Amino acid sequence: MTEESPSSRREFLVRTAKAGLAVAASGALGLLLHNREARRPPVTLVPTHRDLSVPQPAGFPRIVMVRGPSPRAITQAAIRELGGMKAFISRQDIVVIKPNMAWDRVPQQAANTNPEVIQALVELCYEAGAKEVRVTDVSCDEARRCFQRSGIAAAAQAVGARVILPEEHLFREVALGGEVLDRWPVFVPFLEADKIINVPIAKQHSLTRVSLALKNWYGILGGVRSRLHQQIHESIADLAAFMKPTLTLLDAVRILVHNGPQGGSLDDVHQLNLVAASVDQVAVDAFGVTLFGYQPTDFRYLILAEARGLGTTRFEELKLKQINL
Amino acid sequence: MNAAEKQAAGKASVKPGLSLRRLRLLSQTVFLLLFLFLLVQTAHRGSFRQVPEPIRLSYPVKIFLELDALNAVATVLSTHSLYRGLLWAVLVIMATLLLGRFFCGWLCPLGTLNHLFGATRRSEPSPKYIERNRTRPWQSLKYYVLFGLLVAAALGTLQIGLLDPISLTLRSLALSLLPALRYLLFELLDAIYELRIPFLWLPADYLGRALRAAIFTPNPTYYRVGWLLGGIFLTILLLNRLIPRFFCRAICPLGALLGLLARFSLFGLEKNHEQCDDCNLCLLHCQGAASPQGGVKWRAAECTLCLNCQDVCPRDVLHFRFFPNLRTSVALQPDLGRRGLLTGVFAGLAFLPLARVSPGVEKNSHPQRIRPPGAVAEEEFLARCLKCGECMKVCPTNALHPAWFEAGLEGLWSPVLIARVGYCVDSCVLCTQVCPSGAIQPLSEEEKLGQAGKRPVKIGLAFIDRGRCLPWAMATECIVCEEHCPTSPKAIRLEEVVVTRPDGSKIKVRQPYVDVERCWGCGICEYKCPVRDRAAIYVTSVGETRSLTNRLLLPERRVS
Repeated sequence: MTEESPSSRREFLVRTAKAGLAVAASGALGLLLHNREARRPPVTLVPTHRDLSVPQPAGFPRIVMVRGPSPRAITQAAIRELGGMKAFISRQDIVVIKPNMAWDRVPQQAANTNPEVIQALVELCYEAGAKEVRVTDVSCDEARRCFQRSGIAAAAQAVGARVILPEEHLFREVALGGEVLDRWPVFVPFLEADKIINVPIAKQHSLTRVSLALKNWYGILGGVRSRLHQQIHESIADLAAFMKPTLTLLDAVRILVHNGPQGGSLDDVHQLNLVAASVDQVAVDAFGVTLFGYQPTDFRYLILAEARGLGTTRFEELKLKQINL
Repeated sequence: MNAAEKQAAGKASVKPGLSLRRLRLLSQTVFLLLFLFLLVQTAHRGSFRQVPEPIRLSYPVKIFLELDALNAVATVLSTHSLYRGLLWAVLVIMATLLLGRFFCGWLCPLGTLNHLFGATRRSEPSPKYIERNRTRPWQSLKYYVLFGLLVAAALGTLQIGLLDPISLTLRSLALSLLPALRYLLFELLDAIYELRIPFLWLPADYLGRALRAAIFTPNPTYYRVGWLLGGIFLTILLLNRLIPRFFCRAICPLGALLGLLARFSLFGLEKNHEQCDDCNLCLLHCQGAASPQGGVKWRAAECTLCLNCQDVCPRDVLHFRFFPNLRTSVALQPDLGRRGLLTGVFAGLAFLPLARVSPGVEKNSHPQRIRPPGAVAEEEFLARCLKCGECMKVCPTNALHPAWFEAGLEGLWSPVLIARVGYCVDSCVLCTQVCPSGAIQPLSEEEKLGQAGKRPVKIGLAFIDRGRCLPWAMATECIVCEEHCPTSPKAIRLEEVVVTRPDGSKIKVRQPYVDVERCWGCGICEYKCPVRDRAAIYVTSVGETRSLTNRLLLPERRVS
């Protein structure tokens, strides 16, 4: 016997009720959470396409090639000849400019898009009334070094662009709806943009022989994109089908003719002082391969893209304009 | 005096204004914050305003390591010279000779953290808290540890970094706790973000961006065996709850060294024994367990100069001053037992031969012992590397990791490159800029890449595993290693061949070959290889420039 009464009736009832509740709650919770399936239900994604193209105003050439000593001036001239930036950018648009900023290289090495070309485009977008211009890429090398050493981040930010690093949390799983590309993580700024301007640099590449505008779309993807090389032509065509840009401007101020796509030596670089711009991304690439002495029909990804109605490889048959400044 | 009186006395004795104790507190705060600031700055964050070249750190991030007297003394023993910025440590040594262990109580970041975790509230003069601050025989352990480490250093193997408080703290924070904190914070922020509550996700987004830009790296970093580094550090901090500053009192070899130097110190605690009524408030607040109370001599070698005792003494017994009375008040020499010392020396003597009878340094070196560019030859490296983790923290691709046993027992936590996690950026020399002890020699970009007629610095060589390589074994196109190879001309060349697929059809693929002359072992091929679990191309250390023995080809052929 204890010295005090161990429990009154009231205490007995309260303790029994508490214990009973705890037992009932654990049982209910167990049943509630019970599941025979260890896997999470698969998330279904609706295949999407990013068609950001804008009809070009009548009377202007479909493709423009401008040659001249100033990267800035030839960029401005190319856009003006296509109809002017105002024809493509609406007020309050969020514009994403996609340079090739993949490599830890300086501008002279011609592995990344020319920073002056990017700067000129940012200015033109703001003049056309863009709300915000974002400049970004999913680099192959370490992104901060690529952004800094390419000179693009500094050039773009100096004229008010927002430079966005490809941070891990900024990717979203997307159903690309391609033949070989099904689900892939895509960098969010490319999903949120109102308008996109693709600004590749022309470079040699050992698998596709040349890396131009369509290959530049690799830079919107995260994940292990080195797997794409196994069916590179189909992958590129899939990406081009997924992403239709507002404008494409090929930077051939300097082109990389050996050791692409990252070069490293100035011996690998040819200076052409040229840009080409169009609303037809396939046509830009078709013209681009000729800079390396190839025919567009030598490129399976161009044939695939044309067959899917993404543009034309016969760029000479378009209304075109060549200018020397 | 009863407890209430003691408490009142303790409170009353807190002198207003800028007492020396408050100055000490300020100094601890400032140096801890400086330490953390420099730790966070040991990274390339990218500048969108700067002109492209060259990329260097803006702050003297290794200064705490250079102020570390143990680093200076031990590397002098192991290399017979005082390397560059370690000359700063001489200032600390000179000041310690005059003042005693001020470094421990005023500067040392681990000392400050231990102090913080072991802090007792001023109003708790219970016997339990008083007793744990009495001088104990086991406090001599740190001297034996020190002797062991110094003997090992004199024999040519630098192991001080395992226990040196600066290296220990840097390594633990940089390679374990900071990445772990990042993980925790961003999981939380992601969870908040996912809730999609309008007034919550925007601040969470901005906070995340600010944290990434100012403190953490944009993408998470991973360090091998990071859990162990953090676990050891947290254990050290938690031990303070049992015995305040346990690490400082019993283990810290830097504290031991400074304690030995304090025997010449002119500054110390003068005691007016007659005035003491044994209230033991001084003991309650003593950081070093240095016998501040009346009736015994104060121990210069144990005191961290926190000055608490002088501040809390209600009776005017204790005064820090120059030239205190050696006969009545001060014991300058630490309590050193001959047996303990001999054990320490013996352990130090035994370590090197035991470590080196296992193959590793010269014979049968580990193929994954890939050192950063600029690393000196392995024997010299082991005599210099502090295992501080600076190079691993600064590496922009997370390529450098604390070694487990690739470099033998001696090389534990020294840097090795794990190319599956990160690769050596060809134009980056940051690790060579932050090494405080010359284990990695400073390199310019030109020296590293071997421009201007020089050969590039090789850290290893790539090998192709033809059984796993897609074009070699699976009749599938790839070329990813060649595409990413940064040398010009490329160190991976392709040969076009026609191979047969399983269904009997023919396909043209390009099979990669490594050019042994041009490859310098950066590891980007291994990093980017699409065969995810174990890459079909991998780097090993053979051919490294720093070694005369771990070579593959005769060295005289020239790179065109």
